[in-house]
Amino acid sequence: MDILVCAKRVPDTSENEIELNRAGNDIERDDLVYSVNEADNYAVEEALQIADRTGGKVTVVTVGSDDDEEILRREMAMGAHQSVLLSDDAFTGSDGKGIATVLKAFVQKRPYDLILTGVQAEDGAAQVGGMLAALLDYPFASLVNSIEVLDGKKLKVCREIAGGDKEMSEIDLPCVLSIQTGINEPRYVGMRGIRQVASVEIPTLGAADLGVDAGAVGEAAAKVKRADYFVPALGKGAEMLAGSSEEIADKLIELMKAKGGLN
Amino acid sequence: MFEGVQSPAQATYGPFSGQILFSVLMLLGLACFAYIVMKRMAPLLRAESDFRFDRPLVRLGRLGRFWLGQWKHPRYRFAGSIHILIFTGFLVLATRAFSLLILGVSGSFVMPGFPGMAGHIYDGINDYGATIVFLCMVIAATRRLVFKPARYEVPARYGKGHKADAIFLLGLIAILMLAESVFEGSKAALQAQQGQPVEFLAVLSLPWMFKNAFLSISAPALWDLYRASYLLDVVTFFFLLCYRPFGIQFHVETSLFAVYFAKLDRGTVKPVRWGVTDDQLDKVKSFGVKTFQDFTWKHMLDFYSCADCGRCSDNCPANAVGRPLSPRFLTIKARDYAFQHYPVLGSSNNGTPLIGGIYSEDEIWSCTTCGACEEECPLLIEYIDKIVDLRRGLVDDGNVPKSIQKALKAIESRGNPYGKMEKKRADWTKTKEFQPTCDVKVLNGSNGADTLYFVDSITSFDDRMQSIGQAAARILNDVGENFGILGPAEKDSGHDVRRFGEETLFMALRDHNLEAIKASGIKRIVTSDPHAYNALKHDYKDLPPVEHISQLIAREVKSGKIKFNPAEAEDNSKVYVYHDPCYLGRHNQVYDDPREVLDAIPGVKRVEMARSRDRSFCCGGGGLMLFYEPQEEQRMGVKRVQMAAEAGANVIVTACPFCMVNIEDAIKVSGMEGKMTAIDLAELVDGRLARAVPSPAEIKEEPVMV
Amino acid sequence: MARIFAYIEHKGGVAEDSAAELAAAARKIDANASPTAIVTGWGTELDAVCEGLRATYAEVWKIANASLAYPNAELIRKALVKVLPAGSIVLAPHDHFGIDLSPGLSIKLNAAFVSDVTAIDGAEGTYLKLVRQEFGGQVSTHVRCDISSGAVLNLRGGAFKPLDTAPVGGHVIDKSAEVADLVAGRRYLETLVPEAGDVDITKEPVLVSIGRGIQEQDNVAIAQELADAMGAAVSCSRPVVDAKWMPKSRQVGSSGQTVKPKIYLACGISGSFQHLAGLKGSPFIVAINKNPRAPIFQVADVGIVADILEFLPELTNKVREMKKVSV
Repeated sequence: MDILVCAKRVPDTSENEIELNRAGNDIERDDLVYSVNEADNYAVEEALQIADRTGGKVTVVTVGSDDDEEILRREMAMGAHQSVLLSDDAFTGSDGKGIATVLKAFVQKRPYDLILTGVQAEDGAAQVGGMLAALLDYPFASLVNSIEVLDGKKLKVCREIAGGDKEMSEIDLPCVLSIQTGINEPRYVGMRGIRQVASVEIPTLGAADLGVDAGAVGEAAAKVKRADYFVPALGKGAEMLAGSSEEIADKLIELMKAKGGLN
Repeated sequence: MFEGVQSPAQATYGPFSGQILFSVLMLLGLACFAYIVMKRMAPLLRAESDFRFDRPLVRLGRLGRFWLGQWKHPRYRFAGSIHILIFTGFLVLATRAFSLLILGVSGSFVMPGFPGMAGHIYDGINDYGATIVFLCMVIAATRRLVFKPARYEVPARYGKGHKADAIFLLGLIAILMLAESVFEGSKAALQAQQGQPVEFLAVLSLPWMFKNAFLSISAPALWDLYRASYLLDVVTFFFLLCYRPFGIQFHVETSLFAVYFAKLDRGTVKPVRWGVTDDQLDKVKSFGVKTFQDFTWKHMLDFYSCADCGRCSDNCPANAVGRPLSPRFLTIKARDYAFQHYPVLGSSNNGTPLIGGIYSEDEIWSCTTCGACEEECPLLIEYIDKIVDLRRGLVDDGNVPKSIQKALKAIESRGNPYGKMEKKRADWTKTKEFQPTCDVKVLNGSNGADTLYFVDSITSFDDRMQSIGQAAARILNDVGENFGILGPAEKDSGHDVRRFGEETLFMALRDHNLEAIKASGIKRIVTSDPHAYNALKHDYKDLPPVEHISQLIAREVKSGKIKFNPAEAEDNSKVYVYHDPCYLGRHNQVYDDPREVLDAIPGVKRVEMARSRDRSFCCGGGGLMLFYEPQEEQRMGVKRVQMAAEAGANVIVTACPFCMVNIEDAIKVSGMEGKMTAIDLAELVDGRLARAVPSPAEIKEEPVMV
Repeated sequence: MARIFAYIEHKGGVAEDSAAELAAAARKIDANASPTAIVTGWGTELDAVCEGLRATYAEVWKIANASLAYPNAELIRKALVKVLPAGSIVLAPHDHFGIDLSPGLSIKLNAAFVSDVTAIDGAEGTYLKLVRQEFGGQVSTHVRCDISSGAVLNLRGGAFKPLDTAPVGGHVIDKSAEVADLVAGRRYLETLVPEAGDVDITKEPVLVSIGRGIQEQDNVAIAQELADAMGAAVSCSRPVVDAKWMPKSRQVGSSGQTVKPKIYLACGISGSFQHLAGLKGSPFIVAINKNPRAPIFQVADVGIVADILEFLPELTNKVREMKKVSV
């Protein structure tokens, strides 16, 4: 089964302190370290395991610039057979649909049996997988935490729904799945593995190679745009609640309801 | 040998002359032995190389101390004494054994003996030797059968017990001693009966007792006894010779080599491949040990040399808390694997992975590399290098526990396992309470500091451990050290990255730090972190001298630069005990300096735990071990805190931030808050230093909240 | 302003809380808006839901189809595409269903899509001004969305307070006939409910987390009662696991699980560095601790100095009372 995994290079929240920059219009990007989006990494591991079971190759693709090559290399060090960078000035400023459009153009020329994405990235949008599936007219399932290959034509997938329940469905191939973290235990990619793929040539495809209409992607075509970053005003330290324990309990319940934790 | 009684060579055994019979037996025996040894050595010839031929004089010296001198044996007093007797007996009897055998093939052989009294003494030593060995066999068998020391037990998951085999071997050696003694005794009795000069037999030795017992037996019966006992002796001797390579007794032959080739350098870790330099490592196809042949020949020799004494596992802290690791069985399982896959009879079938076969992943990750096993082993069998090699194999295959992966990735991105930003590495020097008390220079190019204080990750970033760094900095300041830190230019020392098998990442960290250190132009290095200390001393090369802060403090106490305040009121209720950190104590043998410092502080009453110095019990492990989630019944730290309480202490002093983490955690978990506290040596010294102006540490009442 | 639709999720014949929230959000887009509820399903349960929605929505579109008895987003998307007028604004909850439905729906409707919206600042010509969070909630961003050809918006649960209005008295329109046979490449099989005790704290939005302050195993029940009352799960710090009072799977920390709840009640937890390392995003942290100097108070949003063994049961009672009132 030939599998395509769409990955994204993001600032890793566990190794970065996300703060606003001094101008207050973006996050401070100077000291950020980047890595492959965690959910995408789980997707690559899942793809590798499926390919191990069924035979076939795993390809990793990303839409970005030269900086993004490093995650492609990392996933190849993990075991992906090949990777592709989709890069073009025309793609800059794309919204989710724009990214999905570029990916769709890539996929259309290649018969992948299965396409995986991570469920969401650092922006929490959780959109590209579903959009890609709709553009391709492939069936889609999100929040997948288990995949069973039934045969060359179908999979049985489990979606993680509310309360930890598991929604089991059958889905036809080719399809798009967005993968939830925790589906497997990704193998470790050591520095040695990364060094070994450091000089592998990664093909780069642009708008013309893909046959993408520049008007359909990029900033101009984007319907959703970020105006700025900001941090809502916060209180200083813990607001210490005072009063009788009954009063405190009441106040606490009020606060929790406002935060959406009690309904 | 006295004339008068025919040598067994001249005797007849049925249709055969003794000479022919014994020549054949001996040739067969020797040939068998040679063949067996050759088959046993076969995997070693195809094994990875191991550079063990350097420093021959040092090696010979250690051979004298550890092999001939049985140096480690008395650590278990009773068993050790028994073994020393057996070993001495074997050595003593070696020459006699040789001459005894010759008697079977050469009728005219006369042992080049010593005349007169010297000869008697020589014979006497041999007679007593045989007797003592025999008695030791009885004692050893009784221990096994009746007293059953716990460390010999074989937990069910490792298979059936080893007792039967042990008794069998003890029995065979006993038979050998008896056969030899009956032989000598019957010969002397014959000589006596025939009125010939009776050879000297030491009074109350086994041969002597047999002689006296046999005096009343008829000559023909004696003659039969004489020949039969000789035959039994030869057969037993060669059976033992050929049987030993099939079990733990092989150590009789291999121990000399195992000890000679033993590792010389404490605290180091073997390279990925001997003979392959760092820049050639790219060409190595596979890192670490994945299958049996990936071990070096010395490691395979170790497997053969294990005497199954169980001292290693008896002292292994992981074993004590129920982790799935037992060093003894690490070796025994590998030995059995070798026996099975490289058999004496049949062809070798090899290549099956060890992890998932004889070893489990948890087993290999459970080791804290404390070194207690290696410290204990009388045969100097190495464990840490094997564990590291096995881990290298796991890392190479991507098979790393999730929590460790996270820490490694953080180290790769940010130079510390917490994922904190590099630029904040020196923030501990700028806290509100600390900054006014001490100015810590961040070295930038060669700006004139002589001493580097290498802080390392935990002391830099952990809220609690930062106070150790601050105390150390104040102390350095007070003794007038011109020191600085690398600050954001410092990355994790990589000590445990290496010991967890991620050699490539370790090399990157090491190279980065080496460059930063060289650029700083400092002339010496001091650290309060024993893991960093060990790394800088042994894993890094070409560095200026490295010291642990306890050594520096001890020196300055002696020189008078450090003076302490008088005893405090609370000293009346405090009893201190020093816990030796593995990487300061056992691996680097710094035991006395911290103790001298403690003893120099007025009012400090100090006790010792039963397990101290080189027998110190690991706190639970440091570095990446803090991120590992082991399967265990109890935490090592909890056991250690209990040991401190048993010793009568209520304050544990340690000199390692990782020990501090584990011990403070353990105090809470075991519900001993209020009854036991922990403090770092630097913190204690900082708090008691006689200064013109008191530092905040002295003003503060309690240690930092965790 | 385009027509606004709200996709209603329901269970057991009752609309989910999101129904009222979506209605409130619609007013944020357009103060005069009268959003239309869209409900899919089958049978009497669907009818009951539609009936109940009449109080909040002026118009309720009912789409009844046997194949929609279980909410399969793949099928529902096809149904919606058939009935929704071009240029509509569709509101849906940002949950496991909305994530499944909406991105693809926006493509098929050729509309813009914005996910996990936490606030709506208003409309400006053909643009909507929205607020989202990124990086696990650590920063917020103002987003401009071009709604000239419609939009699909997934709204964060709990971010839009339902409005206190008099019942609207809406009417139900049956649109089932417009939706004929629905077929999709994904077919629902069954739902597996995990065994009790199989709680994945990393997915829980509200956690009642206990530390050593719980003091003994029997007291863990106090936290569990509060969690049950709140619809939350109990998690803990390492000492509790070490003492074997809770399984390892409940541990939050650098050597335990990493959790990203919306609300985190740290009860009797001192706030050690290793524990807090397991807490990601920007949860609303409530710290309850006997010790006013516990480090947790430095990172918490709200602090209460109290003995958790006394305070938690009180809080539980209050929560239960509150729940009785609201249902």
